Amino acid sequence: MNTLADFVFVSTLLFAIGIYGLIVKRSALRMVFAIEIMINAANLNFVAFNQFLWNNAIGQTFVLFSIALAAGEAAVILAIVVVAYRLHKDTDVSELKTLKG
Amino acid sequence: MADLTFVAMAVVTVGGAIVALEADEIVYGAVALAGSFFGVAALFFLLNAPYVAVFQITVYIGAVAVLILFTVMLVRQESWAKEASPRSLTRLGGILTGLVMASALGLAVVSSNLSQFNSLLNETGFLQIGQLISTNFSIVLEVLALVLAASIVSALFLAKVEKEEKKQ
Repeated sequence: MNTLADFVFVSTLLFAIGIYGLIVKRSALRMVFAIEIMINAANLNFVAFNQFLWNNAIGQTFVLFSIALAAGEAAVILAIVVVAYRLHKDTDVSELKTLKG
Repeated sequence: MADLTFVAMAVVTVGGAIVALEADEIVYGAVALAGSFFGVAALFFLLNAPYVAVFQITVYIGAVAVLILFTVMLVRQESWAKEASPRSLTRLGGILTGLVMASALGLAVVSSNLSQFNSLLNETGFLQIGQLISTNFSIVLEVLALVLAASIVSALFLAKVEKEEKKQ
């Protein structure tokens, strides 16, 4: 039988992988991957706690909103990546210094 | 103990996430990311939340993964196959931070009493989600629709090719 701890453990692993990717990778696309992985970890936690501890659907509803927000966010980030590539022919974030103050 | 389906789907999820970040060719990474999303959707099914799982599949695999794949193909360079590997100090720091975070949170989970919850007590389904969305969270839904419309418009505006730029 699956317990709540199993799901939280998977979510912990996903979150740690996302943190690792965000620190190590310098390509903007890989950083988008890492962010999406971390959002998935948070969503998994929400649904797991909701399903094991409460008999309502608020956690599931919240995750629906979260997924929709993540989709909009991905669209904007990827548009920025395309623009940055068009201007610099590169998506390495350490090379994109135009925005630096 | 966890059953076999759960273990298989957890391996797909975590392995897909690792391959997504570490694959040499970034297109394979994008496909592995879609696999990881699929694993999370399967975990939602195991959690008895089919609506969220199907939503995850349609939005994440159907929209976000495809969007990422197209962007990857638009901005891909051949030289990326040997993508500049980060300095070993950064890499070590990243691995250490990830390990410390995973072990700290993992130990917290192990020492907590979370493993004594072993039955899904939630019986709610589509009906309750629909009721919540259309009553308590109706304002949130409206605002979210505005945010989505704004983000789509801004993405289109950002990615639009200017006429002068075209001439160059």
